[in-house]
Amino acid sequence: MSAPTTEAGGFDVVGKPVQRLDAMGHVTGRTQYFEDYNPAGMLHLKMHRSERHHANLVEVDTSEAEKVKGVVKVLTYKDVPKNWYTILTLINVGYPEEVVLAEKKVLWMGEPIVAVVATSERAALEGAAAVKVTYEDLEPIFDVEEAIKPDAFPLKPHGTNYFEYEGHHCRRVRLGDVEQGFAEADHIFEFKYQSRPIEQAPTETTGCIVEPQHNGRLKIYSDTQACFFTLDNTALILDVPFGKLQVVGGTVGGGFGGKVDVTVEPISCIAAMQTGKPVKYVYDRYEEMQISSPRAAERIYIKDGVMNDGRIIARQCTLYADAGAYSRHSPYAATKAAAHMPGPYTIPNVHIDSWCVYTNRTPSSAMRGFGVTIGDFALETQMDRIARELDMDPLALRLINAYRDGDMKAHHKVAEGTALIEVIQKAADLVGHELPGELRALSSREGR
Amino acid sequence: MAILRGRGYAAVNYPTGMNLGGDPTQALVHATTTGNFVVSLSSVDLGQGLKTVAAQVAAETLGLPYENIIVDTADTDTGPHCMGTFASRGTHRVGNAVIMAAQEAREAMLEAAAEELEVDAADLETDGTGFIKLKGSEEKKIHVVDLALAAHFKLGRTIAGRGIFLKERSYPEPETGKMDPDSAQAHACTVAEVTVDDETGVVEVLHMYNVYEVGRAINPAMARQQIEGGAWMGVSHALYETTEPYYPVREHGPRDFEEYLMPGPADNAQMTSEIIEFPAANGPYGAKGIGEMTANAPIPAIANAIYDACGVRLTEMPFTPESILRGLDELRARA
Repeated sequence: MSAPTTEAGGFDVVGKPVQRLDAMGHVTGRTQYFEDYNPAGMLHLKMHRSERHHANLVEVDTSEAEKVKGVVKVLTYKDVPKNWYTILTLINVGYPEEVVLAEKKVLWMGEPIVAVVATSERAALEGAAAVKVTYEDLEPIFDVEEAIKPDAFPLKPHGTNYFEYEGHHCRRVRLGDVEQGFAEADHIFEFKYQSRPIEQAPTETTGCIVEPQHNGRLKIYSDTQACFFTLDNTALILDVPFGKLQVVGGTVGGGFGGKVDVTVEPISCIAAMQTGKPVKYVYDRYEEMQISSPRAAERIYIKDGVMNDGRIIARQCTLYADAGAYSRHSPYAATKAAAHMPGPYTIPNVHIDSWCVYTNRTPSSAMRGFGVTIGDFALETQMDRIARELDMDPLALRLINAYRDGDMKAHHKVAEGTALIEVIQKAADLVGHELPGELRALSSREGR
Repeated sequence: MAILRGRGYAAVNYPTGMNLGGDPTQALVHATTTGNFVVSLSSVDLGQGLKTVAAQVAAETLGLPYENIIVDTADTDTGPHCMGTFASRGTHRVGNAVIMAAQEAREAMLEAAAEELEVDAADLETDGTGFIKLKGSEEKKIHVVDLALAAHFKLGRTIAGRGIFLKERSYPEPETGKMDPDSAQAHACTVAEVTVDDETGVVEVLHMYNVYEVGRAINPAMARQQIEGGAWMGVSHALYETTEPYYPVREHGPRDFEEYLMPGPADNAQMTSEIIEFPAANGPYGAKGIGEMTANAPIPAIANAIYDACGVRLTEMPFTPESILRGLDELRARA
């Protein structure tokens, strides 16, 4: 919809490099972020976190924390109206499987157990450090392929260490007959790829200030990437009507996906409701790096059936996304990853299994290129390896397999608006990489 | 011992919009008596420039100067719903919603001007400098400030519009994965030129050539910033970053920027970037989303360039000096 005209040019403002609206504020340090708000009487919240990867909680003793000078409130799971939640239930994916504060068990080192609210940041930190937890250690699972073995210890009450997709243990994509493709291929190339967790590393760490209003509502100043998503999830955890909350934000010091989980607002709201005071909860840099969800580590296997002329006739991809202890946004990304495979190429036989696997590490979640970035590393490294093995020009290999308008993608959607061929041709021009005439003449608009 | 030089390629696509859809965004546009038009949103600007894009799209659709647009975001009491800033959806969803709202506001503006000028609204046009004028006439015109005042105090008319964009939810077919996950695909090809020091294993990315097909660059300068900033993140992902350096072993996670290394400006590559525009039928003025994808192609391009330079095939990220030296040792042992 909506584009009044799509001819090139003819615009007054669109397509012009106008100065960004917030540039002067940013470069002169005058832009207001949520932490620039400093209401009178504001309290500070800090968290006592799990020191174990996987353990039962035998005893949680908060008596010493309550004695710390300046501590005004100590919150446990009993203070959280709906302690079990899952942010994706807002878009009908999954069911409550994460806790705001740990109850009987911890599933990752850093999992929040007790929140301490105090008149100063220092007192809150001292209070959090004074909480004593007695653990009964359980064997942790750190490897995705160990986690999904039939005899692996189930981490959560529902019993599987992977997200179930409509009765399947992974998101599937199927096109053609991949086994027949392998049988007909001149070459088989099968390789494994692995990434490690990556931090979004925003300049501004995750945080919020919650201020009770005179009319009984709560005003949440937040650096969330999604104001209403945060509002709705927070209201569900608080078990209050959505209309009781207001989120104010919109100017954020970098997000990169790290600020779409809802981790600081709900407990801050509870603290504000119980004390009647404004409450601030902001991650320090350690929390941003090791507690806030990173980009998932992924393990990817790609098996290709390729003809002597470079045509890929079968591709099988098995992807394991390490979600860490809880779902957060990972089940969504595993589906997105499945739809992205087998890359921007037209391959007649495709078999994709994309797994979302739980382990005893910090829950991973969204980051720029969610579900795709690591897949592209695997796919495009695989393409280079095939070209080397066949002694082919790596751009030629991509061009002859490139998808074009009208092609059927592996997830059974007809491709349109394709331009892989054109970006490759242009890149070849930029670096003086010569392409033979028949590849130079290819166009995404012409069917194969 | 030598500095070895190599070149690597990667080509990628990337979906615009929240996977599987079902993600709406609304926009409201209204004129105040100052002649400014306020675009009300609840969308979040992370520094990528969404507010600027919304203002440009509103100005273009209204036919008014960019300077007349005020973007008011993000307060859930005053701005209509937006799903959020993620999934390369902002420009596409917000842009489309703003166009729809601005079209309605433009119609109201032209009708008010028609009444004030005593002409037919269909015979009016905007000149892009703030005037609404009778087509073919230089005398019969009214400035938007005068019009906004007249509409409010004399004509009793509002100048406002409502807009929404919704891509409907697609449910994947469980057996085959048949689905409609996205609104468009943007495309990129990256060429990386690197050196590898075979004594220290240190990789330097010398030059990155980035070609992006983005549908339409609403703001070419900001699109270029996304491309080159993202390529820098790609260099960082490829060569430096992880919170778990011995994954899946959980120990030795960095705690701050002293331990979590990232490339500074001096470590960044020289960039050459080109934008191709093939307007998307469903995009605002043809735009696709490129916010996320710009970190993707650089990673395999660098991996492939390292192989081209020294013959070490890296299959685990990040590509540390240690992994390159171990690869070189393996090659020597095999030879």
